[in-house]
Amino acid sequence: MEFWYSENHTKNVKFSIRVDKQLYSKSSEFQRIDVFDSPEFGRFLTLDGFMMLTEKDEFIYHEMITHVPMAVHPYIKKILVIGAGDGGVIRELTRYNNIEQIDLVEIDEMVINVCKEFLPQTACCFDDARVNIYIQDGLKFVRRCENEYDLIIVDSTDPFGPGEGLFTKEFYGNCFKALKDDGIMVNQHESAFYKNDANAMQRAHKRIVESFSISRVYQAHIPTYPSGHWLFGFASKIYHPIKDLKADEWNALGIKTRYYNTNLHVGAFFLPNYVEELLENVE
Amino acid sequence: MENSNTQTRAPIYEALQEMKNMRIVPFDVPGHKRGRGNPALTEFLGEKCLTVDVNAMQPLDNLCHPVTVIREAEILAAEAFGAANAFLMVNGTTSAVQTMIISTCKKGDKIILPRNVHRSVINALILCGAIPVYVNPHTNHEIGIALGMSLDGVKEAIERFPDAKAVFVNNPTYYGICSNLKGITELAHSKGLKVLVDEAHGTHFYFGKNLPISAMAAGADMASVSMHKSGGSLTQSSFLLTGKNVNKNYVRQIINLMQTTSGSYLLLSSLDISRRNLALNGEQIFASVVDMAQYAREEINQIGDYYAYSRELINGDTIFDFDVTKLSLNTLNIGLAGIEVYEILRDEYDIQTEFGDIGNILAYVSIGDRKSDIERLVGALSEIRRRYKKDRTGMLDYEYISPRVVLAPQEAFYSEKESVDIDESEGRICTEFIMSYPPGIPILAPGEEITKEIMDYIKYAKAKGCLMTGPEDMEIKRVNVLKGGY
Repeated sequence: MEFWYSENHTKNVKFSIRVDKQLYSKSSEFQRIDVFDSPEFGRFLTLDGFMMLTEKDEFIYHEMITHVPMAVHPYIKKILVIGAGDGGVIRELTRYNNIEQIDLVEIDEMVINVCKEFLPQTACCFDDARVNIYIQDGLKFVRRCENEYDLIIVDSTDPFGPGEGLFTKEFYGNCFKALKDDGIMVNQHESAFYKNDANAMQRAHKRIVESFSISRVYQAHIPTYPSGHWLFGFASKIYHPIKDLKADEWNALGIKTRYYNTNLHVGAFFLPNYVEELLENVE
Repeated sequence: MENSNTQTRAPIYEALQEMKNMRIVPFDVPGHKRGRGNPALTEFLGEKCLTVDVNAMQPLDNLCHPVTVIREAEILAAEAFGAANAFLMVNGTTSAVQTMIISTCKKGDKIILPRNVHRSVINALILCGAIPVYVNPHTNHEIGIALGMSLDGVKEAIERFPDAKAVFVNNPTYYGICSNLKGITELAHSKGLKVLVDEAHGTHFYFGKNLPISAMAAGADMASVSMHKSGGSLTQSSFLLTGKNVNKNYVRQIINLMQTTSGSYLLLSSLDISRRNLALNGEQIFASVVDMAQYAREEINQIGDYYAYSRELINGDTIFDFDVTKLSLNTLNIGLAGIEVYEILRDEYDIQTEFGDIGNILAYVSIGDRKSDIERLVGALSEIRRRYKKDRTGMLDYEYISPRVVLAPQEAFYSEKESVDIDESEGRICTEFIMSYPPGIPILAPGEEITKEIMDYIKYAKAKGCLMTGPEDMEIKRVNVLKGGY
């Protein structure tokens, strides 16, 4: 008997992982949630059949979406995290002692509960005293905030489904308003390789550029995401992601990472020509 | 009304399904022959759609003379809407409105109506030669929109013109305002007038709970119901409902004067299926629409400066009731015209609303909406306020100018006319329509005097970006007026 999880990365490309067994499957108000055990990638979570994270490679995504802004703006005290019900972003953030408050806004409570039960590797730090959990639409939450946060991390699903509203101009504009004058927004930015992902990437970039004066894109290699080449957005009112990198200060914190380092930080912002071109086309 | 279990049926839909199973060889129109003759269209619309785009044939009945499945669908619709009769209309609610008027009024007959009617109403007056007696719909000065007719206004009109044949009522207006329909109906009936109701924006009144009274429940004689608006059927499909004192066979004759003889089965089956859906699930569907609209109103009013209005406007007369499914909001305190907010929403935020006019926008909330889309709308409105808010000085704040009617619409429309520059038209009698579309309520109708105030309004609306329609001159720089003055 063979048991495989497959995701169509395009209509014509299929990505499969051999599965030992399925641990969970249920539909919430918003989406279908599944958890599997696999020999190669360990335990993994999918939403509506799309890969969210595996135990084997989640560190790449979570380190890159948190440490990049943290190394640019070391005085971050108050953070808003949107999405991220798996807890991976929270886990990385709670490693910083100077952070005072982390507000997590997840639309689907069931994701948090399922991850607490099945994915303790990421869902380990929800109980940290600095973390406040809000079960709410991210777009609604951020609309009410003004000049409040030093950092907003948008850890969204793809823009087809419950994550749709987190790729809109109104959302990025609301984030701009919710940030302090030296605030930073980092977001999951899709990929440039396959056409549909690239369209979503361009649309997101266009809308961020319209709201923020500094808007740069950086990359990481994430084996279980379509094409393996994944992007993040860095948007800010004043900080430049490379010129304002505080490498010595960040290294002095002594945070041990497996993927991120301050040299890679700089390198991650140097993009392949075809990606640069796609971005320039919408700037 | 209790739904009998027959409301689970959809006779036209069932007959089409059966026809598909029979695998008939088509040697009749339409010539695309179930789509085979037009692959590009079939690829675009889908084979399922094209296979039921068929002609009237024996098993499918005939819209002009329905005796089997279309008749059954009419009976089910009449039952669902609490009407004596229902007609399936495929030429839009416009044709239903025209049928109401033409089957009630002949040339020279008077009809009492508010001036803030849809253009289709005045079109019907041009076609049949009836004379309008306008009741001034008062204006709410805060939001600048025309309201309903007051009961006293209707009473006065009937006293002045006791020979009038009918009273015409919007239930509700585009913005959601309802007149005292029951009071007007009782008054009109006591004086021997028929009551005709434009329910283009009121389909849901028949199915939702705690919504304004529907025309049939109020005892009105005829109602035009845009099933394709809040009812979920395909664009251009509608119901015409009649009460017990209306000769249905005469009404059908009038329909057949103007309606196509090639009624689309796509439209007919969409009416049938949508009627079934509303009869079975309408109460719950519209409860959820009301919830969403109410939620959106509260959130929008919290943003500040916008005013999403609702039942608090009710004054017992010209705003006798308010349709809470309508998400209408006034934008003037942002310093932007409704049409400007409408355009920013579309161009910058990919959000299409129903219309924007001088001071308001209407976001149509319906059967197909999701909570997350409401969040987008609210989020975008809050962003527009943050980015664009300015002083409102100099902004026009009313949507309605009471007209001076000089000639009946038909007489003016067919008179000798000449074309003049719109800037030089003051004091002349207009012989055509000028309106923003939507909402499609004429600023000028044939037979009305062009005043300075109206010219300024048209100029302002054009400058703000309203889509003006009506005149022969597509650029709306010239206007047809009565030759030689009046």
